[in-house]
Amino acid sequence: MKDYKVIEVKESILADNDADAEALRQELRAEGTFLLNLMSSPGAGKTSTLVRTIAMLKDEFRIGVMEADIDSDVDARTIADTGARAIQIHTGGMCHLDADMTRQGIREFGTKDLDLVFLENVGNLVCPAEFDTGAVKNAMILSVPEGDDKPLKYPLMFQISDVVLINKCDVLPVFDDFSRERVTERIRLRNPDCDIIFVSAKTGEGFDEWAGWLRREISRFRDRS
Amino acid sequence: MHEMGIIIHLAKTLDKVAEENRVTRIGSVTLSIGEVSGIVTDYFSECWDYFKKKHPLMEESVLKIETIPAVTHCDACGRDYSTIPHGKTCPHCGSGETWLIQGNECIIKQIEAETADPEEQGGD
Repeated sequence: MKDYKVIEVKESILADNDADAEALRQELRAEGTFLLNLMSSPGAGKTSTLVRTIAMLKDEFRIGVMEADIDSDVDARTIADTGARAIQIHTGGMCHLDADMTRQGIREFGTKDLDLVFLENVGNLVCPAEFDTGAVKNAMILSVPEGDDKPLKYPLMFQISDVVLINKCDVLPVFDDFSRERVTERIRLRNPDCDIIFVSAKTGEGFDEWAGWLRREISRFRDRS
Repeated sequence: MHEMGIIIHLAKTLDKVAEENRVTRIGSVTLSIGEVSGIVTDYFSECWDYFKKKHPLMEESVLKIETIPAVTHCDACGRDYSTIPHGKTCPHCGSGETWLIQGNECIIKQIEAETADPEEQGGD
């Protein structure tokens, strides 16, 4: 029988990730780079939303995009066509990005001369919500065809998001069982404080409000830095 | 699927604790996991058994999981109830003005470990 001693730990399992995330946030604050973690399920329109957002804001901010995917570089190439700087990170099969992977990407990317960096997380409505990436704010996209019951089925991502974009509003007439009121109420149940913006990356509906949200948050971030 | 990702973080935190406490071998790791933390404990244990074999410090360790029951408080009637069967809606008064008191935890409670002989450390 070995002589074991009990050591009380009482730390979160993800304590090391939380520490990495906090360190990255400090670094970003020091260099004045606003990092937004953008999450959604696959196909909700992260890349097309970014393309339109960049077109609206590229004269005001120096913008970069870090694309996280399990494989391929199609998204990074789409973004590079907008003129924004893009980098592709491969998670090597992992279903999410953690703070250490994000920090490595940020270092390689070199963000000192950028005002606004979007982190396009792996398309997945579950795992990315569990890991703090070190971003300044969290945003998520829910698209109309996915259904207005998603805040009930995948509560955590709605709970940790500072803003929820409801995308593909142009197809609401077809998906008429999706209710704006119901989805708002269901998101509010999980997160009474987040902003909810109805948009269409295809038609541009709601993008003035979304661009306004980004301008406001970036200006608040700069005031605090 | 993120259970393996969480285990990698768990191992990093354990490495840090081991270094601070001059641990030479870990005998057991006790986790406190909330009922609604989203961690699938059976699958988590299987991932641990796979992972520990690649980590000399913990290769003989046993993973013990204690479950923390999920409890929700109702602001409307002031009572507490079990979260799993009732979710966000208070079974006493039907209100949705409720919040989770406990059950979302993911904590390393304690480890049992062999440490380097304190006699040789010169005391501190």
